[in-house]
Amino acid sequence: MKRVIEGSHAVAEAVRLAGVQVISAYPITPQTHIVELLSEYCASGIMDARFLRVESEHSALAALIGAQSCGVRTFTATSSQGLALMHELLHWTSGARLPIVMAEVNRALAPGWNIWTDQTDSLAQRDTGWIQLYCEDGQEVLDSMLQAYRLAERVYLPVMVVLDAFYLSHTYEPVDVPAEADVDRFLPRYEPRFQVDTENPCAFGQLVPPGFYMKMRQNIAMAMDEALVRFDQIQEEFYGIFQRRYGPVEAISCNDAEIILVTSGTATSTCRLVLRKLRDRGEKVGILKMKLFRPFPVAMVRKATSRAKKIAVIDRNFSFGASGIFAQELRAALCNTPGRPPVFGYIAGIGGLDITMELLEEIYWKTKEAAYPENESVWMGV
Amino acid sequence: MELDTKDDEYMYSGHVGCPGCGAAIAMRFTLKALGAKTIVVLPACCWSIIAGPYPQSTLKVPVIHSAFETGGAVASGVRAALDVKGDTETTVVTWAGDGGTFDIGFQALSGAVERNEDFIYVCYDNEAYMNTGVQRSSSTPYGAWTTTTPGQDWKKMRKKNIVEALVAHRIPYAATANIAFPEDLVRKVQKAKALKGSKFIHVYASCPTGWRIPSEMSVKIARMAVQTNIFPLYEVENGNKYTINYKPKEYLVREYFKLQGRFRHLTDRDLDQIQEMVNEDWEVLLRKAAERV
Repeated sequence: MKRVIEGSHAVAEAVRLAGVQVISAYPITPQTHIVELLSEYCASGIMDARFLRVESEHSALAALIGAQSCGVRTFTATSSQGLALMHELLHWTSGARLPIVMAEVNRALAPGWNIWTDQTDSLAQRDTGWIQLYCEDGQEVLDSMLQAYRLAERVYLPVMVVLDAFYLSHTYEPVDVPAEADVDRFLPRYEPRFQVDTENPCAFGQLVPPGFYMKMRQNIAMAMDEALVRFDQIQEEFYGIFQRRYGPVEAISCNDAEIILVTSGTATSTCRLVLRKLRDRGEKVGILKMKLFRPFPVAMVRKATSRAKKIAVIDRNFSFGASGIFAQELRAALCNTPGRPPVFGYIAGIGGLDITMELLEEIYWKTKEAAYPENESVWMGV
Repeated sequence: MELDTKDDEYMYSGHVGCPGCGAAIAMRFTLKALGAKTIVVLPACCWSIIAGPYPQSTLKVPVIHSAFETGGAVASGVRAALDVKGDTETTVVTWAGDGGTFDIGFQALSGAVERNEDFIYVCYDNEAYMNTGVQRSSSTPYGAWTTTTPGQDWKKMRKKNIVEALVAHRIPYAATANIAFPEDLVRKVQKAKALKGSKFIHVYASCPTGWRIPSEMSVKIARMAVQTNIFPLYEVENGNKYTINYKPKEYLVREYFKLQGRFRHLTDRDLDQIQEMVNEDWEVLLRKAAERV
């Protein structure tokens, strides 16, 4: 049924539909609407889940590590400082192979205090072994959440579903909230392959000598590789039931595009309008929307960009001393391909600054005019 | 007094604790009291090593090893999962050292007991970061040498009174226990198991390695800690009902201090001062207990 709801509530509806059993969270703007609605669902009996109102984000994830180890489906949500505080346990979650799902509302890191959108918080967690899915609108948020549980529980890795602060978390849009029966067909009850059991006492996460440790880390790497394949299959199954699909990446008008704009999150929607406008003027432009960031879909990126002359990456994030993080990943993905196109890096929308149509058009023309990028990163709108 | 436990053992032989390790004795008796339906949450501490490396485990109950500061939080999650699965039988016990309890894990512990999560938190206290090589914690007693309080820089601050901090949370049950008094320890663990809500047991666990004592002195020194009033045995119900469980012999603290290398540098004057501190703490405890009479 289509309902007009905000992005945060799209997350909460998905958590309800997924039949999550233990929720643990700590308040931080702009994530709060998610857990407020879930609190109401738990209090009123709409959801049959335990809600742990813990004293920090660190404890929020620690509690889920305990709960998920006992074989139940879990959820938490956070932003910015909260995610940074969880950092240690992000590694722990993937190391323990726990399929925890988290909604992460992108927010700038302090100082100074800034509650608006910025992807540096989640992208800084790229080496923690979490799968990361970036979303463009409310529908994609809800759908990605459901897919996240399927994917996590298939490969035994945690998944972070990422959405922009305010532009997505607090924006009301029509969202098709599926029926429980349909969701049950797509996402069956969680049947853990291993769990803490007093009938079969085992030690979890104990001291591990180097040889075993390295093998365990390689297993995580292999699970990440598998996630890429499984995500495609899961999306196809999802399409079979709900007639919606997103792909690890979405290549829009890339077949004949000379310049491809690479986007993620809500900036993609604005970019779609820019694309239409430029195409009307005969410009050969395409968009590559990045949804899956970890595992990074190298082959799909190479395929989508194989005919392009130039690539312009729009990064709402920055790795100080290097460049925009998506741009880094694009460059790395393309570096071993013959005749690779130059990658232009543009930094835009940091700390919640609007990424307007005008700004994206300017990025397009700048890219078209230059033969090669003069700098790794061009800061736009400052 | 006879030990009120079955002959069941939940610790296999072959743990990798040091000879005379008080923490190993504490675990053995605690698990005897708890039985097989127990899940142990084990934040980083000596026991992270004592339990043995993959693929072995010295415990016959499930163990969730966890990050240093997460003892209270991980146990909360385990309890929540058991609750939603309808398992009311299994006891969740966090087993943490003094570092993981007094210092880095204090926030998560305070949060968990404020929520009155239904679990037992056992802190086995060896009065420093022993696993990493004897660094001071806020449980290290006044006067002690550690590798981070060397020479004349011996610890000049008093040991944090962790039980009183927990009592201030008004939890159903908080108690001290000691490896030299296993009957008392077992009774308290069993009492805690039978109660709902958050229970805290502070177990004195001597450490021959870090205290610079012969391993065969481990239990004797633990006993002296009670006999000298340095570590009184008592319990507190619902944050206000105090019961002192052992009438001390009132031995002088210097007898306890003289046996341990970690206090070797202390002068007679220092020891007199420490005696006064111990007397003062004991008077405070007596007053609290007497108020109930």
